[in-house]
Amino acid sequence: MAGTAVRGRLTWQVATVGAVVDETPAVRTIELDVPDWAGHRAGQHLDVRLTADDGYVAERSYSLASAPGEPVAITVERLPDGEVSPYLADDLRAGDEIEIRGPIGGYFVWPWQEIVSPLLLVAGGSGVVPFRSILRHRADLGSTTPTRLLYSARSLEDVIYRAELDVVRNGLEVIYTLTRQQPPSWPGRAGRVNDAMLREIAWLPSQRPIAYVCGPTAFVETVATGLVGLGYPADRVKTERFGGMGGG
Amino acid sequence: MSPISRGFHGRHRDATADTDRVPPGQFVTTDFPVLSAGPTPYTPLESWSFSITQGGDTVKSWSWRDLQALPVEDITVDIHCVTRWSKLDTRWRGVSVDALLAEADRDARYVLAFCDGGYTTNLPIADVTGGQAWVAFGYDDQPLQPEHGGPARLLVPHLYFWKSAKWVRGLELLAADEPGFWERYGYNNYGDPWREQRYAGD
Amino acid sequence: MDALDGNAIGGLLHEIFGMEMTAATGTCANCGAVGPVAETVVYLQAPGTVMRCRSCTAVLMVVVRRAGVNCVDLSGMAALEPTAA
Repeated sequence: MAGTAVRGRLTWQVATVGAVVDETPAVRTIELDVPDWAGHRAGQHLDVRLTADDGYVAERSYSLASAPGEPVAITVERLPDGEVSPYLADDLRAGDEIEIRGPIGGYFVWPWQEIVSPLLLVAGGSGVVPFRSILRHRADLGSTTPTRLLYSARSLEDVIYRAELDVVRNGLEVIYTLTRQQPPSWPGRAGRVNDAMLREIAWLPSQRPIAYVCGPTAFVETVATGLVGLGYPADRVKTERFGGMGGG
Repeated sequence: MSPISRGFHGRHRDATADTDRVPPGQFVTTDFPVLSAGPTPYTPLESWSFSITQGGDTVKSWSWRDLQALPVEDITVDIHCVTRWSKLDTRWRGVSVDALLAEADRDARYVLAFCDGGYTTNLPIADVTGGQAWVAFGYDDQPLQPEHGGPARLLVPHLYFWKSAKWVRGLELLAADEPGFWERYGYNNYGDPWREQRYAGD
Repeated sequence: MDALDGNAIGGLLHEIFGMEMTAATGTCANCGAVGPVAETVVYLQAPGTVMRCRSCTAVLMVVVRRAGVNCVDLSGMAALEPTAA
C-alpha cells in the first residue's frame, strides 16, 4: 500500500544501487533497491547519508523520481562545486550501497486534498524531479485532471525526462522555456519564467487550481510571488526550494 | 556504525597538514565554507558604523572612513570552525580591537559583539585585547565579501570561528557575561578549540 | 548558499517529533504569522539548523546536534500543530 502512514520511526537503512540512467550530461537517475521501503506519495523525498573511510559524513535530500508503486529512484544533478552530487552522479555504480531514509514529506505531495483541481507544475531545472513522480502517478491513477507543466531549463540538452514529457496525453500540457540557449528554429519559449509568462500559462484563479513550484530558491520565490500576484491563494501555491551553488 | 560509502571522499581534507597546528577533531580544508544562521545583510558603507556601547549609551563610534584611518594591520592566522573544518594561513586586514577599546572603560570584563541581522556572541575582554582580535575588512587582499561577513567582521582566531562575528557593528561592554546567539542554543560559552570546547559543559 | 525551506529538514523534524511535520502549522511568537513548516526559511549551513519566519525573519526553531542527540529550541514558535494525517 502506498505510504500514507505518517507515524512511526524514520530510520536509516542501507539501499543497493541498481540501474543508473544518464538523463543529460549532468544528470543521472539512480534506481535503488530498498529492502524495507514502505511505499511513498508522489512529491516526497528521501535523505541520503554518505560516510567516508575517515568517518566524515555528508547528508543530502533528493526528491523521489519514481511514482508510488515503482522501484525507488532518485535523479541527481551534478553541481559544479558539489560535495555529494558528483559522487552520486558520476562515481556510484550498480551494487554500491548507500544509506537512505524515507519517504519524507507531507506538504509537497500530490494529490493534496482533492484530485479534481487543475494542476499547475512549475519547475526550474532539477526542480522537475518530483513532478516526474506526480505525473507518473497521475497517469497510473487514470486521472485526466487538466495539468500544465511549465519547465524552465538552460537549454534543450538540459531538459530531463524529455522523451517521457513529450508524450502529451490525457489533459497534460508541457511547456518548456529555455533560458540560455535555444536550438535553431525553436518554436517554444525562451527566457526566464516571469509574471508575463505566468499570466499566459497559469490556470485562472477562478478555476480553483493548485500550483506546485520546485527549483532553486530564487526561482521559487519569483514564481510563487508571481502566482500569488495573479490571485492564487497562498495556500494553493506549494513550494519546494532546492539548494543550488555550494549546497550539492 | 554507518557503512562506508565506497569511493566517497567529500570535501578535500588535507591529511598531510602539520598536526601541531590542527586542534583535536578538526580537518584542514582549502575551501572557505560559508555558514550562516540568517540572511546576508547588506549595509552601505555610508550608513555603516562601529560602536562601543555600555549601559545603553554609545561610548565611542567610528564611521567607515574613521575606521580606515586607524592603524591597519595585515595578519595571517589559522582559523577553526566548530563544524570541524580548519583553514590555515588565512590572510586578513583590519584594525586591532585594542585600538578600538583604548579609550573604553576597562572595568568592563566582558563584551557582547552585535551585528547586522541580529547575531551576537560574547567574549571576555581579556580575549579581545592584547593583540588577539581585530575588526577585519580585508581578506586575501580583497575587500571582505558579504557572504564572509563584509564589510567588516570580528576576527578572534584563537577561539572557534563562531566567535568571529560576521557583519559586526560594535561591542557592548558588560560587567557580567551574557550568552550570545550560539551560546544560548547550546554551544560553549568560551570556545577554545585546543580544549575542544564545542558545546556547553565541554 | 541560499536559504532553503522546511521541506529540506523533513527528515530531521521526523527524527525530533516522531512524525511528519512539514505540513504542520506553525505560529511565529514574534509577529504572529501562521503557515506550514514547509514554508519557513531554513539555514542548514551553520553550527546548527536555524528555522526563521518568512514574514519577519525572527528565529522560530534552532536544532543543535550534540553527540548524536538533537537539542531543540522552539521558543520562537508560539504554537506548532501537526495536521491530521
